[in-house]
Amino acid sequence: MNLWRDIKGTLQAYAVTFGYLFRKPTTIQYPEEKRTPAPRYRARMVLTRDPDGRERCVACHLCSAACPVDCISMQAAEAPDGRRYAAWFRINFARCIFCGLCAEACPTLAIQMSPEYEICKRDPLSLVYEKEDLLIDGGGKDSDYDFYRHAGIGVANRRGGNADEYGPVDPGALVP
Amino acid sequence: MTELLITATLILVKLILIFAVVLSLAAYMVLAERKILGRMQLRYGPNRVGPFGLCQPLADVIKLLTKEDLVPARADRVMFLIAPGMASLIALLSFAVVPFSPPVTLFGREIPMVVCDLNIGLLYFLGLSSLAVYSIALGGWASNSKYALLGAIRGLAQLISYELSMGLAVVPVVLSAKSFSLTDIVLSQADWPNMVRHPVAFVIFMISVMAESKRTPFDLPEGENEIVAGYHTEYSGMRFGLFFVGEYINVIILGAMVTVLFLGGWHGPLLPPIVWFALKVLAVAFCFIWTRGTLPRLRYDQLMHFGWKFLIPVALANVLVTGAVMLAIGS
Amino acid sequence: MIASVVFYLLAAATLAATLLCITRTSPVHAVIYLVHAFFDLALIFYLFGAPLVAAWEMIIYAGAIMVLFLFIIMMLELAPGGKPLTVDRRRWIPVLLLSLVTLGCTVLLIVLDPAAAGSGAAFHASPREFGTALFDRYALAVQVVSFQLLFAAVGAYYVGKGEPRARGDNP
Ligand code: SF4
Ligand code: SF4
Repeated sequence: MNLWRDIKGTLQAYAVTFGYLFRKPTTIQYPEEKRTPAPRYRARMVLTRDPDGRERCVACHLCSAACPVDCISMQAAEAPDGRRYAAWFRINFARCIFCGLCAEACPTLAIQMSPEYEICKRDPLSLVYEKEDLLIDGGGKDSDYDFYRHAGIGVANRRGGNADEYGPVDPGALVP
Repeated sequence: MTELLITATLILVKLILIFAVVLSLAAYMVLAERKILGRMQLRYGPNRVGPFGLCQPLADVIKLLTKEDLVPARADRVMFLIAPGMASLIALLSFAVVPFSPPVTLFGREIPMVVCDLNIGLLYFLGLSSLAVYSIALGGWASNSKYALLGAIRGLAQLISYELSMGLAVVPVVLSAKSFSLTDIVLSQADWPNMVRHPVAFVIFMISVMAESKRTPFDLPEGENEIVAGYHTEYSGMRFGLFFVGEYINVIILGAMVTVLFLGGWHGPLLPPIVWFALKVLAVAFCFIWTRGTLPRLRYDQLMHFGWKFLIPVALANVLVTGAVMLAIGS
Repeated sequence: MIASVVFYLLAAATLAATLLCITRTSPVHAVIYLVHAFFDLALIFYLFGAPLVAAWEMIIYAGAIMVLFLFIIMMLELAPGGKPLTVDRRRWIPVLLLSLVTLGCTVLLIVLDPAAAGSGAAFHASPREFGTALFDRYALAVQVVSFQLLFAAVGAYYVGKGEPRARGDNP
C-alpha cells in the first residue's frame, strides 16, 4: 500500500542517519592532520632548473600571457652567450587562481605547479613571490628535460652548432 | 504578609533558575545540534573552541553581540525592533506552567516544582504557541523586504494549520486526565505514559510540534534555498540571535510539553524524577535534531495537504474514537 | 477594592487600545492594537475568575482570528508605508503606556490570584437562563452591539463596492 511504503521509506531514512552517527567522520583535522596531495596537485608554482643546474626560464612571457588573472610579470635579459633569462620574475599569489595555464604554456618546463598548498598569509603583500623565492634546486617533474639541448641557442653560435646539443629532432622519425 | 513574601521569593528563585537553565540549555542545544548533524553527515561539527568545542556557544554569543545591528531604511522600526524579543519571550513564558518534578519538601514547606500551576496550564501553552506566530509575522512584515514577507506569510499559514492538529491531538490526553492542569496530566500517567495509551495522538502531536517549531522538514518560513532566510532575512547581530535562540528555546519547551503530555513527565523507575524529566526532554530534542538530519523540506502544497487533508481528519477521528472507547469502558 | 481598580484600569486600557485600533492608518498597527485589546479583555475575564474564557479569548481571538487578519493583510502586500525614515519617538508613547498598564495589571493579578482566592463557587448557567439574561436584562446592550455590527457590515459592503461608476459609463 502507498501509505505503508511511505512510512517505511521515512523510517528507513531515520535508521540510516542514526547509523551514520556512529561512523568515523571523514573529516581531516587540518592543522594537526595533513593530507598528502597527489604529486600533480596544482598549488604554488616553482621555477625549476635544467639538469646542469641553470635556470630553465627563458623569459618568453608565454606564461604571463596565458595567465587569466595577469599575476605573472618579469623582465627579460640576455646572457653573453645569447641565452635569455628573466632578470626578475614575480608571481602574485594573492591573485593567482592556480589554474595551471602558465605551467601548460611554458615551453621549457620552467614553471611548474607544486603540491605545496599551505601559502596562506595574513599580509597579502607577502604573497608576492620573487624569483629567489620561486627558484628551486631540482628539475621538478621532468628533471631530465633540457630545452636548449633540443633547440640550441641560435645567437652566439649557429643552431645545432653548440657543443652540448643533440641535433635537431627529425620529424620523419616520428612517422610510424 | 511573610507568607506572601516567601511565596514571591520562591517564584522569583524558580524563575531565575529556569531562566538560567533554559538559556544555557538553548545555547548548548545549538552546539549539540551542530555536532549531531555533523556526525550524521560524517563530519565532526564545531570542535575548535575549547575542549570538544564546548566554548562554541560563548564564541557565537560574542560574535552576535559585537555585530552591527542593522535596521533596513524603510522598515517599520518599532515593530522591527520588538519582534525578535517577542520570539524568545513567548517561548520562555511557556515554561511557567511546566511541572518538572513532584513537589519537594524543603524546610518543612512543600514547594511545587512549577512556577505557576495554572488549572488551565495546557490552554495557556496553546495560547502562547498561537501567539508565537506574531513574532514571525511582524518581524517579516516590518522588515519591508519581499523575502521576509514571503517567509512571514508562509509562517502564518503553517502555524495556523498545524496548531489545529496540535490542539486536537491533546484532546485525548485531556480526556484521560480529566484536567487542563499539566500537573494533573502528569499524575494521570503514573502507570502508563500517554504515548502508549494514545499512540495516534502522540504521533500527530509530534509532527505538529515539529511544524510548530519551524524546523526541517517544516522550515518553509525560512527555507534558505528559496527565500534567503525567510522572515529573519533582514535581521543581523543579536536580533537575529534572539530569533535563533528563540527557536532553540522553543525546541526545549516543545520537548518539555511532549514529555509532560505523552511521555509521562517525571515518572520513571530508579532515577530521581527531575533526572527522568530532563532525560525525556533531551530525548525529544534529539528526535528534533535527528529529523533535521534525515528529512528534506516539504513543498508548500505538500505541507498544506498534509496538514489539512491528513493530519486534521486523523486527529478528529482519533478524538471521536478515543472518546467512544473511553465512554464504552467507562473510565 | 484593588480588584475594582484593576478592572477599571484594564477597561480603560481596552477602550484606549480599541480606539487606537480604529484610528491607525496602517492596518498592521491596527491589528496589533486590537490584539492588545484582546489581551486586556482576557485579563478582565481572568479577574472575574473565568480563566477558561480568558484562555479561549487568547487562543481563538488573538491566536487564530487576528492571525488570519494579518495573513490577509500581508497577502494584499501592504508594505509598511507612511513616513518610515523619521524615527518618531511619539509613536512609542501609546505602545509603552498600554503595555505598562497591561503588565502592571498582570503582575497585580498574579499577586491577587482571583481564581484561587475564589470569587465564589463556579457559576453555572443553563442556556435558558443565559438567554434570558442576554435578551431581557441586557437587551439594550445587545441591541446596541448588534446595531453596530449591522453598521459595520453595511460600511464594509459600501467600502468594498468601490467607486460608484459615472452614469452612462456602463459597458
Ligand atoms: S596558475 Fe593560472 S592564475 Fe596562477 S599564475 Fe599560472 S596561469 Fe596565472
Ligand atoms: S616560465 Fe616558462 S613560459 Fe614563463 S617566461 Fe619562463 S620560459 Fe617562458
